[in-house]
Formats: sequence, C-alpha cells, structure tokens
Amino acid sequence: MSALVAVLRFGRPVTPRLLLAVLAGVGAAVCAIGLSATSAWLIARAAEQPPMFALMLAITGVRAFGIGRGLLRYAERLAAHDAAFRVLAELRAVTYGHLARLAPAGLAELRSGDLLARLVGDVDGLADLWLRILLPMASAGIATAGAVLVVGGLLPLAGGVLAATVLLTVVGGPLAAGAVARQAEGRLAPRRGELAEIALETLHGAPELVALGAAPRALAAVAAVSARLAAAERRSALGAGTGTLVAGLASGAAVWVSLLTGIAAVRSGSLAGVGLAVVALTPIAVHEVVAPLAPAARLLPGLATSAARVRELLTRPDPVAEPTDPAPVPDGTLGLRARSLRVRYPGAHSDALGPLSLDVAPGAHVVVTGPSGAGKSTLASACMRFLDPASGTLELVGIDGAVGITSLRGDDVRRAVGLCEQDPHVFDGTLGDNLRLARPEAGPDELEAALGAAGLLTFVHGLPKGLATRVGEHGARLSGGQRQRLALARALLADVRVLVLDEPTEHLDETAARRFAAELAKASAGRTLLVLTHRPELFSDAGWSRGPDLAARGS
Amino acid sequence: MDLLDLPQARHGAAGEGAALTEPTPAPPSTAPAPTSSRTPQPRDSAARLQRRLLTTGGAATAALAAAVAVGLLGTALAIAQAWLLAHAIATAFQGGAGVDSLAPGLSLLALALAGRAGLGWASEVAAVRISARVKGDLRGRVMAAAVAQGPRLAAERSSARTALLATRGLDALDGFYARYVPQLVLAVIVPVAVVVCLAGVDLVAAATVALTVPLIPVFMVLIGRMSTTHRDRRWAALGRLAHRFADVVAGLPTLRAFGRADAQVATLRRVTDAYRASTIATLRIAFLSAMVLELLATISVALVAVGVGLRLQAGDLGLEVGLFALVLAPEAYLPLRRLGAEFHAAEEGVAAARDVFALLDEATGDRDWATGRPEASPASPGALRGEPPARIAALRIDGVSVVQPGRDVEAPADASAEVGPGEVVAVTGPSGAGKSTLLGAVLGFVTPTAGRVAVVGDDGAALDVIALDPDAWLARIAWVPQVPYLAPVSVADNVRLGAPGASDEAIAAALAAVGLGDLPLGRILGERGSGLSGGQRRRIGVARALVRRAPVLLLDEPTAGLDVEAERRVLAAVRAEADRGAIVLLVAHRPGAVEEADRTVAVRWRGLGPGTGDEPGDGRSPAAESPAAELPAAVGPGVGGVAEAVAGEFAEPVATAPAPPGSRP
Repeated sequence: MSALVAVLRFGRPVTPRLLLAVLAGVGAAVCAIGLSATSAWLIARAAEQPPMFALMLAITGVRAFGIGRGLLRYAERLAAHDAAFRVLAELRAVTYGHLARLAPAGLAELRSGDLLARLVGDVDGLADLWLRILLPMASAGIATAGAVLVVGGLLPLAGGVLAATVLLTVVGGPLAAGAVARQAEGRLAPRRGELAEIALETLHGAPELVALGAAPRALAAVAAVSARLAAAERRSALGAGTGTLVAGLASGAAVWVSLLTGIAAVRSGSLAGVGLAVVALTPIAVHEVVAPLAPAARLLPGLATSAARVRELLTRPDPVAEPTDPAPVPDGTLGLRARSLRVRYPGAHSDALGPLSLDVAPGAHVVVTGPSGAGKSTLASACMRFLDPASGTLELVGIDGAVGITSLRGDDVRRAVGLCEQDPHVFDGTLGDNLRLARPEAGPDELEAALGAAGLLTFVHGLPKGLATRVGEHGARLSGGQRQRLALARALLADVRVLVLDEPTEHLDETAARRFAAELAKASAGRTLLVLTHRPELFSDAGWSRGPDLAARGS
Repeated sequence: MDLLDLPQARHGAAGEGAALTEPTPAPPSTAPAPTSSRTPQPRDSAARLQRRLLTTGGAATAALAAAVAVGLLGTALAIAQAWLLAHAIATAFQGGAGVDSLAPGLSLLALALAGRAGLGWASEVAAVRISARVKGDLRGRVMAAAVAQGPRLAAERSSARTALLATRGLDALDGFYARYVPQLVLAVIVPVAVVVCLAGVDLVAAATVALTVPLIPVFMVLIGRMSTTHRDRRWAALGRLAHRFADVVAGLPTLRAFGRADAQVATLRRVTDAYRASTIATLRIAFLSAMVLELLATISVALVAVGVGLRLQAGDLGLEVGLFALVLAPEAYLPLRRLGAEFHAAEEGVAAARDVFALLDEATGDRDWATGRPEASPASPGALRGEPPARIAALRIDGVSVVQPGRDVEAPADASAEVGPGEVVAVTGPSGAGKSTLLGAVLGFVTPTAGRVAVVGDDGAALDVIALDPDAWLARIAWVPQVPYLAPVSVADNVRLGAPGASDEAIAAALAAVGLGDLPLGRILGERGSGLSGGQRRRIGVARALVRRAPVLLLDEPTAGLDVEAERRVLAAVRAEADRGAIVLLVAHRPGAVEEADRTVAVRWRGLGPGTGDEPGDGRSPAAESPAAELPAAVGPGVGGVAEAVAGEFAEPVATAPAPPGSRP
C-alpha cells in the first residue's frame, strides 16, 4: 500500500481538476441523499397539513435535488475522466522518461517483452486509482459524512449506526470478499491450467485423433477436466456474493436500527415525528451512494501490485554515471580502445564481459567473435555508454588523442557511435518511418542507398506501396530476414562515425550474409566498424581485421 | 520523428487499461478479438447473439428461470419492505405507537431486509453456478466442433486461439449470465410490479412512474445510437494509443541508440493530451445517456414526492400511503440504472459469444468428421459413401494439386505416385512443397484442387478416397504426423490409442521396435508430453502406428531429430511393416530415410496467378518465405488479422529474403 501512496504524486499536477471532480461528485451524492431526506421530511410534514408556505422550501429542495443529481453526476464523470486522463499522460511521460534513462542496461531482466508489456499495463491501469477509487471515495465519503451529521443531529445513535454500517460496507465487505475470492482462486487456478493444457493438446492433435478414431475418447477426457473445473467454480461460487451479502446486511441494519431507535425516540419525545421519517429513510439513500465503492475497493490489491512495480522502476539506479564536467568527443574519424575492460550489469554478481583489451583504429573494420554468452552485446552496450565499465578503461580514439568514455556525456557518445542491436526493434509504422528514425532528414537517395547495402531494395521496389508499406506490430508482416535487413539499413543510414553491429547476419542465409558483409564494408568506407558475431568467417575478406576472441563465460 | 504520430495500425487495441471503461470495473477482455477474416456482422447482431446465448441450452434456460425467480421474489420483498417501513413510521408518528406495539411489523421488516440481503447473495451464487454449467456445455460443443474441423490441415484458425476461446474466452460469459441477465429480468419485472402496487393506493403516483419509466429506454436508445459510433471509434483510438506506448517502450533501446528517446517523452505527453481532449469531447455525448437516465429517474422520484406531499397537505392521502409511494418509487428506476452499468458485461459476453457461435456455425456448415461430409445431404449421412476394398492392391496418387485457401501457390503441384503393398515410397521436396498436404489428401482430410487419390482394389477398380466412408477409410490407415498427439495418460495408453485392444506385450514390442524399450509402460506423461524429447514423442507416434497394423502407413518425417541409431531402428520397423504387406508413404528429409525407401516421389510447389513465375523457382519454400510463417506465436489475438493483411500486402513471393534456416519445423 505504501507504493500506492508513492504514486499519488502523479496526481499532484492536476490537483485543481481532481478537486473539481470531487466537488461535482460531492454535489451529486448530496443531491441523491438530499432528495431522499427532503422528500421524507416533506411528506411527513405535509401529513400534518401545515399551511402551504411551510412546505415551499422543501418542495423547491426536492425539485432542485432531483434535477441537480443527474446534472452534477454528468459533470463529475466528465471532470473525473478528464483528470484521470491527465494523470495518465503524466504517468506515461514520467515513467517513460525514467525508462529512457535506464534502457537497455538498467532494464536487463525486463527485456523480455512480457515483463515490459506488464509494466506498460501497470502504468495505464494506475489511472484507475483516481478514476475508480480516490475520486468516488472522496465524494461519497464527504457526502456520507454530511448525512451522518444531519441524521446524528436529529438522533445521535442513528448517526452512529449509519456511519458504522457504511464503514462495514466499504471496508468490511471488500475485505471479506477478497479473502473468500483469494481462497477460491487458489483452488480454481490449477484446474484452469489443467484445462488449458488438455484443450490445447487435444486441438493440436485433432487431425490425428480423428484419423485414429479416438476423438470421442479425447473429448471425453477434456469434458472430465472441464467438469472438475465447473465443480470447483460451483464451490467457489458460495463465496462470490460475500460482498453483496455484507453490503445488503449493513444497509438493512442501518434502516432497521434507525427506525427502531427513532420510534423509541419519538415515543420518549426526544425526536419530532417528522424527524422519524428522515432518520429512517435517509440510510437507504446513503447506502445506495456508497454501494458502488465496495466492488471498486476490490481493485486495490491489484493496483497496489502495479504501483509497487512502477515504483521499483522509478527508484532504480541509473546504470551510467554522467560526468559532471563532460569532455568533448574528439573530432574526425574515431576508433575504440579498451584496456582490461570489465563490465557488469547493475545488481549482477559477476562480470558480463572482460577483462578485454581491444583496439579498433579510426576507420578500421574489426570483427570480434565469441560464443553466445561471451559478452558481445555487453561490449556493444559499453561502447554505446549504456553501461559503465566496472574496471579498466574504454576510450574513444580520435586523430589527436583519446578520451575515456566515462568522461563523456552518454548522448554525445551516441551521436558519434551507432548500434545495430542483436534483436532490433521494428516499430509499428511504415518502412520509411523505421528508416528515418536513424536520420529524419534523409532524402530518397540516401534511403535507397542504405536499403541497397542491406539487400532490401528489390523487395521494397516490389511492394505496391514501397516505403509507405506498414510493417505491423514488431514488424510482424516482415520475415525475420527482412526485419534484420531493415534494421541494418537503418543503422547504415545513421550519421555516426563508429558503427557497432551486434550479430548483423543473424536471420540471413550464407549467401545473403556474405553479400551483406561486402556491402557493409563498401558502404562504410571512412567509417569505423565493429562487428560482433559468432560467424567471423563471413567477414574474412581483405579490409576486415580480426579483433580478440571473447571467451565463453563459465558463470 | 514522432513515432506516436504515426498513423495507427489496424490492430493492437488489446491491453487498453480499464481506465476508459465506465462505470463498471470491466476486467480486461479475455475473449480473443474477433478476427477480421470473418465477415463483418450486421449491427443488430448483438441482440441476436444475446437471444442465442439465452436459448443455447438447458443450462441457459435455467439461468433465465433462476433470474426470473430471484427477480420476482426480490420484487415482492422490496414491496413488503416499503409497506412495512411506511406502516411503522406512520403508526409511530401519527399514532404514537411504541416499539412494543409495532413489534410484529418490525420483525417482519427485519426479515424482509435480511431476505433482500440474502437474495442478493443467492442470486450471485446461482448465477455463477449456472454460468459454470453453461460454460461447461459450450466448452464441450466448441471442443467437439474444433476437433471435427481439425483435419483441415491448413486450418486458418490456430489451435492456441481456439483453446483460449474454449477456456478463458468463455469466462467472459460470466458477466453476461451472472450480472447482465439478472439485471435485465429485474428491469422488466420491477417497474411493472411497482406501478401495479402504486396503482392500488395512489393512481397519480402510479401514473407518474408508468409514464416516465418507458421514457428511459427510449431516450437511452436514441442517445446510444448517436454516441456509440463516436465512442467506439474514440475508445479504439485510445486503445491504439496504449499500443503505441507499448511499442515505444519495447523499442526504447533502439530509440536510445539513435538518440530519439528523450524526444518521445514530450511527444508522449503531447499526444496523450491531444487524445484526452478529443476523447473528452466524445465522452460529453457518450455520458449524455447516463445523464438522461439519472435525470429521468430522480426527477420522477421528485415529482412523485412533491405530488404526494401536496395531496397529503390537502388531506387527500394518508401518510402511510405517501411514505409507501416515496420508498417504492425509486425501486422502479434502480434496475434500469444498474442495467446501464452492466452494459459492459453484456458486451463482453456478446464478443465471446460471437467467436463461439462462429466456430459452431462453421462446423455445422462444414464437413464434419464426426458425422459426415458436405457432399452428402444431412438427411442421408453416408448414403453415397463406399467402403474401401477389403484388400488394397495399390494406392494411386494421380496428378494431385492442392491450393490452400488464400494462398497463391499449388502445394503440392501435380504430384503422382502409385504405391503397392510391400513398398516404401519416400516423399521428398523442399519444405512448403506440400508433402504433409499430400498425406492429408491421402487421408481424405484435404480435397485436391486437381487430380485425385484413389485406392485400387484386388479387382482393379479404383475408388476415389473422397468418396469413401471416412471412418472406414481412416480405420485402414496408420498416420504419424510431425508432432504426434500425446494424452496425459500412461505411455502404454498413448500407444494404445492406435489400437484400443492392443495387449501390453504388443505395445512393449512396438516400443522396443522403435528403440523406446526402456520407457516404462506405466509412466504417466505430463502436460504436452513434457519429460519426453521431440524424438521420443515422434517414436511413440510410430509405435502407435505399428500396433495399429494398418494396410496403409503414412509417416511424416518420423526420424527428424533422431540420432543415427534410433533412426536406423525406426526405419527397420517401417521396413518390417512393408514386409508384412503394408503400403508405406514416408515424408523424408534426411538421406538415411530416403535411402531406406524403394522409390522416391519428389513433390514441388508452383506459383499461381500473374506476377509470379510458373516454375518452382529455386526450390525455396513458399511457406517459409511467406511472412505469415514468421509470425511469432506470442502475437496471440489478432494473428488472423495480421496474416490476412500479409496475404494482401505481401502477396508476391519475397525473392530477396531467404527464410531463416530452421526457423520453422
């Protein structure tokens, strides 16, 4: 829950709008309760047949509350959604800003898309904290407090009962329902898993089952598992209505106890007869106002988990310490030089790379090889200043001298050094969008040259829409080889002096890979290349020099 | 460049936060999104699907009956509560009665209040239980229909999607049966009952309610029509924005490498804000229906209250009646207001139902492997079908070509072979050439677009396999697919699937023949055959085929992934089957398997249509070249749409991009 408190600050920039939403919400709730209370008073008082003017205020009040409730509720909804969307924008921007500082090295274990997707879902889901919980709780809470005061003013005991039953509904109900549901879910989850497994296996094997004449038997087995799940669902159903039951009993108790004490008070003369109707009927309206809060409260544990994940991310240390007094990147052609370089991911217990000594002369085309897990991608991250050396040095070597990478600003390094990652991301846009990411101002000729070098030009020319062809989510409409080539073309297009390519020939066959190696060298005359690959034989032509082999790591 | 400003993709709305759903907490839909491969449904089909959900079987009828029973009882309790409350207040107020003299009424009131609370609980319990029954029933039907369609080898429907539909997808029906239906029933019963009761005591109040209640649905429909289209479009846009956010997060390392990450922060804020502004504009209309609903409900209650108050003041009405009307009138509007809140539950149920019924309908309109074939009229199943010959003299494949739906290639193209008893014939060719499809044609699962597969009897008569009774024909075949099915039962029972009567000795012998003699017969296989290697799994499939002792043996790469020794054993076992007199067709990649065969049939694919060559080209496989083959399984819902889009936009063979070696089995 402390994480929930911690994310509350995202709402701070939109505080006035949140207050506006609460205000409208309070108004709507007051109207709902007021309509009931005023009507009760009006009818009870009218029964005493007073002169008409004695009723005028109440009649006006009833009409105003009747109209006001719908209008204010409408205003509350709009204001609440507006505020929640603003909070969402803030949440996204702040989280993204943090992620952008951490990626990729600071998010190493999050890189599996699943975790990252969950994080995105967490951020988006947190808007519910305001929309469904905080705002409704605040409005209903304030309005209920008012009602408790009014009823309590007429009859203190009835006020106390009302407050107690409201708390029971909003706090006790969700707690009881949550406990029951957790238990039931614990029983259901294995059954669900079992069913999913057997259903999938049976569907995969459907042709064979039909061929064997065994389909009825297999379906019977599925039905048996399905029946076990249904039995578990039936058992857990007993707890399903717990929240409703608690709320119903609380509301009933409020009405009944208020009525009982009210009748006694009228008898003893401590409550006017007119007040009895108000005391007895107001709780119905109050409980109707708070009823929706109980189901919303059930969202809290899930939101707390989301908030904890987001907070964990926001408090992660930056994997790179930016220099306070940054040095300029050397001019002209650049090279790389590493001496006893060791690199370790934040929080890891062993080095992911090193000790490594490496010389990439300015303008040279160097291949570094090693088995998977030897630290090739780690070296790439270090060269991009995504990750600081744990020990040893890594320098950018210019014509006039070398500068240690830790004394350079990360953004400056990345203006000079480019990277084609091992598993490059292809954005859900057009081919052109993905290319121009590397150089927004690139003209058609430059795009074509990059595509040609990556061996993608014929393909793009063959497309009816050419560069305007959409590639789909994660480039799903491209083959693995096409995605790789698109990423290579993008990297070649980037205006950098050193280009690091991490397994650039992955997903390419032998012929295509050799052709690419030649094209790469040709397209990169004057540019320094560092190719990290487990297929060094592809880069054995003249012009390529072989750097040190990275050793496999035991750990 | 602003990635967020890119025109939006057509898919990817999944994962939109619940922040936009109002007013019920709607769980993220687990129902797979309807694929675009299906014909778009007419607009009114939601109502039709709802009706169908309520009439789909015994359990559904029970759901409706339970809802009606609970609704009637609940209404009666509400009326009793209102009357008892009004009576107690009026008596205490005007008669000065104490708690003692009111005790019977107060006790009844306590019972009514407790009864309503208990009924709320009971109705939820009943709804969940009934929902579990309906889901179990539908699950059985979905599974049966999907298995019946299974033999369509190139089914566009992925097993994973169907499995998801049959399991978690059906859970979306919970909201429909458990919340929406009961509320729908209440919305019909309660207003009528309230009007009738009020009419008995105060005609004016009854008339007020009777006139205003019908206005609510009318206004809601009118405003709903106006806003739904807007709202759907806008919420879909917000869904895409969430997708876009996920895209830039996933691509962060890439963006950082190109120095574009920081720019995205400002863009993100700006674009989200722009979407917020336009969304709020849409919500102004969308929330109107809720406002009209509330307004009508509360104004009506106010009208009733003021009217009753005025008549009380004039002395035309008793206090008891007045209070009764005041307490009861809001009850008439409550179910309608709650029904509006449960709209999402209905929508999700309908979305799941759409997929479920589409699958069931497809199955009935399709060739059903459990009961018959499309050619035969339903009235005379099996009427036109012949029995396969008692002794099969040869299997004749005659110029067979198959074009899979939506594909521009024939695979196989013009395949021919004749295989007699005792012969082992290897089917070779590049992957995607249609080798497995050819086996499917022999099985009768795939109908050739050209040519035919026939069985030749002793008498020389050739019968088209399509014209054979499927059960009788399949009983003569032992088929080992690339990934054999494994049930979560013992090893012996898995082998026994091939021949239900097989003895343990026969099973042990078959396992030993394929080199799995060490595998304990009683070992229970885990989920998805876990604990077995791919090679062991394949060999269990072969053992299953061996115990079947069928005259026709079809093996799809049975030795893939096996070491040399295991391969030798499997091939020897296959040879023994041929020596026993079986006709053996063996899809093979590896030289070992090809050498074992007596003959080889090379299968090729051929491009169709303009713009592609007629020649098989360089032998690269069309399947592996097709981007659809590259789709990661993890894409999940929406794959159908992507695949379709691929077929549209990338229809031409992609000559520049060789397939990644071994990316697909």
